[in-house]
Amino acid sequence: MSILEGSFYDNHGKYKGILAWITSTDHKRIGLLYLYSIMTAFILAAILGLLMKIELIAPGKTIMNAKVYNGFFTLHGITMIFLVVIPGMPAIFGNFMLPLMIGARDVAFPRLNLFSWWLYVLGALVAISSQFMGGGPPDTGWTFYAPYSFRTGTNMLPAVMGAFILGFSSILTGLNFIVTMHRMRAPGMNWLKMPLFPWALYGTAWIQLLATPIVGITLLMVVGERVLHIGFFDPALGGDPVLYQHLFWIYSHPAVYIMILPAMGVISEILPTFSRKPIFGYKAIIVSTMLIAIVGYFVWGHHMYTAGMSSTALFVFSFLTFLVAIPSAVKVFNWISTMYKASINLEPPFYWAASFIFVFMIGGLSGLILGSLATDMHVHDTAFVVAHFHYIIFGGVGFAFFGALHYWFPKIFGRMYDKGWATTGWIIFFIGFVTLYTPMFFLGIRGMPRRYFDYLPQFHGGNILSSFGAMILITGLVIIIINLVRSARHGAKAEMSPWGGSTLEWTVSSPPPLENFEEIPTVTRKPYDYSPK
Amino acid sequence: MDIPVSAVLPYFIIQNFMSHNGKNHIVKYKTYIIILTILLVFTALSILVTSFDLGPLAVSAALLFATLKTTLVFMYFMHLKFDQPVYTIMVSIVLFVFVAVIVITFLDYSFR
Amino acid sequence: MSQTVTHSEHFDATASKIGMWLFIFTELLLFGGLFIVYSVIRFSHQDAFHLAAEELDLTLGALNTVLLLISSMTIAMSISSIQFGNKRLTLFLIGITILIGLVFLVNKYFEWSVKIEHGLYPGSPVLQGFGNGDTLFFGLYFFMTGLHALHIVAGVSILAVMLNRVRTGIIHADHFVHLENGALYWHLVDIIWIFLFPLFYLIS
Repeated sequence: MSILEGSFYDNHGKYKGILAWITSTDHKRIGLLYLYSIMTAFILAAILGLLMKIELIAPGKTIMNAKVYNGFFTLHGITMIFLVVIPGMPAIFGNFMLPLMIGARDVAFPRLNLFSWWLYVLGALVAISSQFMGGGPPDTGWTFYAPYSFRTGTNMLPAVMGAFILGFSSILTGLNFIVTMHRMRAPGMNWLKMPLFPWALYGTAWIQLLATPIVGITLLMVVGERVLHIGFFDPALGGDPVLYQHLFWIYSHPAVYIMILPAMGVISEILPTFSRKPIFGYKAIIVSTMLIAIVGYFVWGHHMYTAGMSSTALFVFSFLTFLVAIPSAVKVFNWISTMYKASINLEPPFYWAASFIFVFMIGGLSGLILGSLATDMHVHDTAFVVAHFHYIIFGGVGFAFFGALHYWFPKIFGRMYDKGWATTGWIIFFIGFVTLYTPMFFLGIRGMPRRYFDYLPQFHGGNILSSFGAMILITGLVIIIINLVRSARHGAKAEMSPWGGSTLEWTVSSPPPLENFEEIPTVTRKPYDYSPK
Repeated sequence: MDIPVSAVLPYFIIQNFMSHNGKNHIVKYKTYIIILTILLVFTALSILVTSFDLGPLAVSAALLFATLKTTLVFMYFMHLKFDQPVYTIMVSIVLFVFVAVIVITFLDYSFR
Repeated sequence: MSQTVTHSEHFDATASKIGMWLFIFTELLLFGGLFIVYSVIRFSHQDAFHLAAEELDLTLGALNTVLLLISSMTIAMSISSIQFGNKRLTLFLIGITILIGLVFLVNKYFEWSVKIEHGLYPGSPVLQGFGNGDTLFFGLYFFMTGLHALHIVAGVSILAVMLNRVRTGIIHADHFVHLENGALYWHLVDIIWIFLFPLFYLIS
C-alpha cells in the first residue's frame, strides 16, 4: 500500500476504518463515498433493467407479471434518475476534482458537503424501503403522475419522501459548488481562466439550486394529496392533473441538464488532453453552457404535448425546444474542431469521449423528432422515447462517466489500469449499447408502447435483438468494472500526469495529498495551454 | 495636473452604486424606521383598495403592493442596496426565472 | 479531529453570506411552486375563491402582517446595533423579533382552531359539501400558511441560537455574519407572508 502513503488515504484523524471515511469532510473522501454508493445504486438499477429486458425478450409473461414489471420500471427509473445520474458526475467527480482544478484545498463548506452525502444515503434508504412495506412496490413510474400516484395502494410515501430528501442533497451540493467557485479560485485564476469542467459544474449547480425546490414542493403536495386530500391535482376535487405534470417537468426537464452539463464538461477536458491541442472555442463553450442552463428552464412542456395544453403553449414549447438544441450543437462542432489536425493520443478516455459524441448526436437528433409537435404525436410514450433518453442519458452521461473514470483513475487511485482490458470492455459495451437501444427507435415508430410488460407479435424480432444487446452490454460493463477494481489494488504506479493534461489536478501527486497543494499555485497560463512551461 | 473626466467618471459611478463595501456601511436606525413606516402605509393601502370593485385588476393591485413592499424589504432590510451588485444581480436572475416560468405556464391555461 | 483540512485561519464571511442568499433562493422557489399552483387554481375558480376568502379573518391577518413587518425592522436594526458594539440593544432587538414570531404563531393557532371548529379543513365533510372551489381554497390556505408557519418556527429557532451567541460573545462587532444570515432568513419569512396576505385575505 506504499503508493497511498503521504496521500489523502493516510489516516491522521480521530477515527479508524470505515468511520474515518463516513465522518470525513475531505472532498476527496466524500467524492469516493459517492462513487461507491452511486456505483452500488447503478448496479442495482442495471440488474433491474436486465431483468426487464429478459421479460421483454418474448411476448406474454416471460419471468414476471404486469404488476411486478410496473414495480421494476418504477424502481429502475427512480434509482437511475435520483440515485445515479442526477447526483453522479457532480457528486463524484465534482467533489473530487473541483477544488483541485481551481487550486483550492477543499470546497467552501466541507461539513455541509459531508451532510449532503448523508442525505443521499438517507434518501436512498427511504426510497428503497418502499419496496418492502405493506402496500407493495410503487408502480407509477418514476414520474409519479397524478391522480394515480395518490389513488394507488402501493407505497408511494417512502418513494416520494426519499426523492424529496435526495433533492436536498442535490441542492446543498449545488450551493456548495457555487460558493466554492466564487470565493476559492487560486490567485490569477479569473473566471475566464477556469477550466471547462468547473464551468460546467457552475451551470449545473445553478440548475440544482433553482429547479430542485420546485419538485420538492410538488412531491410534498403529492404527500398532501395522499394524506390530507388537498385536491390540487385531483379531478374528483376540482384539481388539475395536468398542473402536476407542469410542476413535475418544470424541475425534471432542467434535471436532464443537471445530468448532461457535467458530462459535456468532462468531454471538454478529455478531448483537448488527448488531442494535445487547446479546446476550440473556449468562450463559446462557456456561453453555450450558460445558455443551455437558462433556456433549459423554459422547455418543459415538450414532455406534455399530448396532455391537453393550449395550442399556444404547444407552439412555444416546441419552438424553445428547438432553440435549446443550438448551444449543444455548438459544443459538438467545437469538440470536433478540437480534434481536427490534432495529434491524437489513443487511450481509453479518448475512446469514451469520441464515442460519446456519436451516441450523444443520435440521442440529440432523435430529440428533434420528439420536440417536433407533429411527429411527437406518433411516438409519444412509445419505445422511441425510451431509445431517445437512453441514448442521451446512458449514452451521454454514461459514456462521459466512464470516460471520466478512466481519465482520472490514475489521479484518484494512484495506479494505472490495464489498457487492453479497458479497451476491450469499451468495445463490447459500445456494441451492446447500440444493439440494445437502436431497435427501440424502430419499435417505437411502428407503435410499441413504453412501460408495458407485453407487446404485439410483430414487435418480437426487434425485442429479441434489443434484449440480446442488453446481455452484450452487461458483459462489457462487467469487464470494465473488474478491470478497474483490480487495477485499483494491483495496477502499476501512476505518475503525476500520465496523459499530459494541462489542468491543475495534474500538478499534484497521484493520489493527491490531504491538503491538495503544498502551496496554493498562482495561475498565469490560459487553460489548455500545452506549450512548454 | 489635469485629470481627464473620462478617467474619473467610472470611479464615481462605482462608488455611488456600491456605497462602499457592504460590510463597513452601517445603516442608521432612522432609515429602518422610515422603511417600516412606508411598508405599513402600503399595507394599509392594499387593504383600502379592496373596498373598491376593481374586477380583474384586483389581483394586479394586490400584487403591485406586495411587490413594492418586497422590493423595500430586499433593498433595505436585506441590505441589497448597500451590498456589492453581485447579490442584486443574483436575486434579479432568480426572480426573472420564476416569473418566466409562471408566464409560460399561463400560456397553457389562458389560451385553452 | 476527523479527517479534515483546517480552515479556522481564514473564515470567509462573504462565502457564508453568499451561501445564505443561495439557500434563500431555494426557499423562494419552494414557495414559488405553491404560488404557481395558487395562480392556476384561482384562475379557474375565481368566484369560489372570492367567496371562500370571506371566511378568513382580515383583522387577524392584517395584525400578523403588521407584526411581521415590525419584526423585520427589529432584526434588521440588530445588525446595525451589533456593528455599533451595542450588545444590550442587540439582545433586546433579537428578543423582540423572536417574541413577535411567537405571537404570530399564537395568532395562527387561534385562526386555524376557528376554521377547524367550523369544519373548514382539508378532507372534512363540511368542505366537501361546499364544492370544489372551497375545497381547493382551503387546501391551499392550510398548506401554504402551514408551510409558512413551519418556517416561522425554523426562523425563531435560528434567531434563538444567534441570540445566545450574541449573549456569549461568539457573535460580536467583528464577526456577525451568522446573525446577518439569521436576519436574512427572517426577512425571507416576512416576504413570503407579504405575498400570502393579499392572496388569501384581500380577495374579497
